Amino acid sequence: MSNVRAKSMRTPLGRVRNLGAAHSGTGDFWRQRITAVAMALLIIPVVVVVIMLLGRNQAGAAQILGSLPIALIMLLFVIASCWHMKIGMQVVIEDYVHSEPLKLVSIMANNFFAVTVALASIYALIKLSTGV
Amino acid sequence: MAEFALPKNSQITGGKTWPKPAGATEVREFRVYRWNPDDGKNPSVDTYYVDVNDCGPMVLDGLIWIKNHIDPSLTFRRSCREGVCGSCAMNIDGQNTLACTRSMHDVKDGAVKINPLPHQPVVKDLVPDLTNFYAQYASIEPWLKTTSPTPQKEWRQSHEDREKLDGLYECILCACCSTSCPSYWWNSDRYLGPAALLQANRWVKDSRDEATGERLDNLEDPFRLYRCHTIMNCAKACPKGLNPAEAIAELKLKLVERQI
Repeated sequence: MSNVRAKSMRTPLGRVRNLGAAHSGTGDFWRQRITAVAMALLIIPVVVVVIMLLGRNQAGAAQILGSLPIALIMLLFVIASCWHMKIGMQVVIEDYVHSEPLKLVSIMANNFFAVTVALASIYALIKLSTGV
Repeated sequence: MAEFALPKNSQITGGKTWPKPAGATEVREFRVYRWNPDDGKNPSVDTYYVDVNDCGPMVLDGLIWIKNHIDPSLTFRRSCREGVCGSCAMNIDGQNTLACTRSMHDVKDGAVKINPLPHQPVVKDLVPDLTNFYAQYASIEPWLKTTSPTPQKEWRQSHEDREKLDGLYECILCACCSTSCPSYWWNSDRYLGPAALLQANRWVKDSRDEATGERLDNLEDPFRLYRCHTIMNCAKACPKGLNPAEAIAELKLKLVERQI
């Protein structure tokens, strides 16, 4: 920090204003709260379903997940948790990764990872619940 | 990455132990951070012994006693000595606070350990460089902004609206909160910090101000505002008992409110 200040000949106010406000961030803030509340509501039903699934073979699992309410609970939980994970990890990256190129790559990788995990889970759930 | 270790030239090495004052019957040990920009040496922690029967009860009294009786080169800011000006903010016994309102008797067990406010460049000894902090305060434009014709007398405000500024207007900009905030440590170049954001909320909540939306526009940013993760160090540190974290939460709520 001190080195950056020493090298720059910009005024302190110029440095603080920098590129201006991004006029964003509220969307992610709000979605993080929505997904948190969704997960808080869904976690008990999800744990119950997981306990029901324990020790069953694929046919047994497919039978349980074939029920629409159960499949819906699992799908909603996957979407909420992956979205929450993506936003949360992005916040951590923005907090600690200060190199711009590394930050861009990390945020991109975080997005790819969250989408891949979400789609793989959704695909598996749909496959099991429809018996395809 | 964020830097978690001190740079080599900031690491504390050694320190001088000054002799106990002659004839003192009761002394208190002070360990004070020292750094001189002119001698090219690393910072050190000097040990002093203060004659508590010859000085006032506050930590600032102890520092002034050291400067007057032991070491005139000890450098620190002070002015009002009663918690109004915010000059003597420093880290005492691990907590950011004002030296003038912290009693040395409240510092339990052993030495009174004094360091400059954390994670700011040091000018000398206990004097931090707050240039960035003050520029951040200026960036929130802390003055009344109106477009309506200026009234003949003052801008009027109801008692209820005035009460909404309680808990905000009392801030003395001592920087105890901002420099206690880990988010501010890692990102003080982009995150405005608790003090500037509390002041921003003070103007957003002012019923006489006509630039509320514009103010919120300038705050809506992943770094300027949303680096606050409600860690609450700010509220714990504030020597005036204010709650910057709550003020920041109010700003976030207003930004959500205008979207949904």
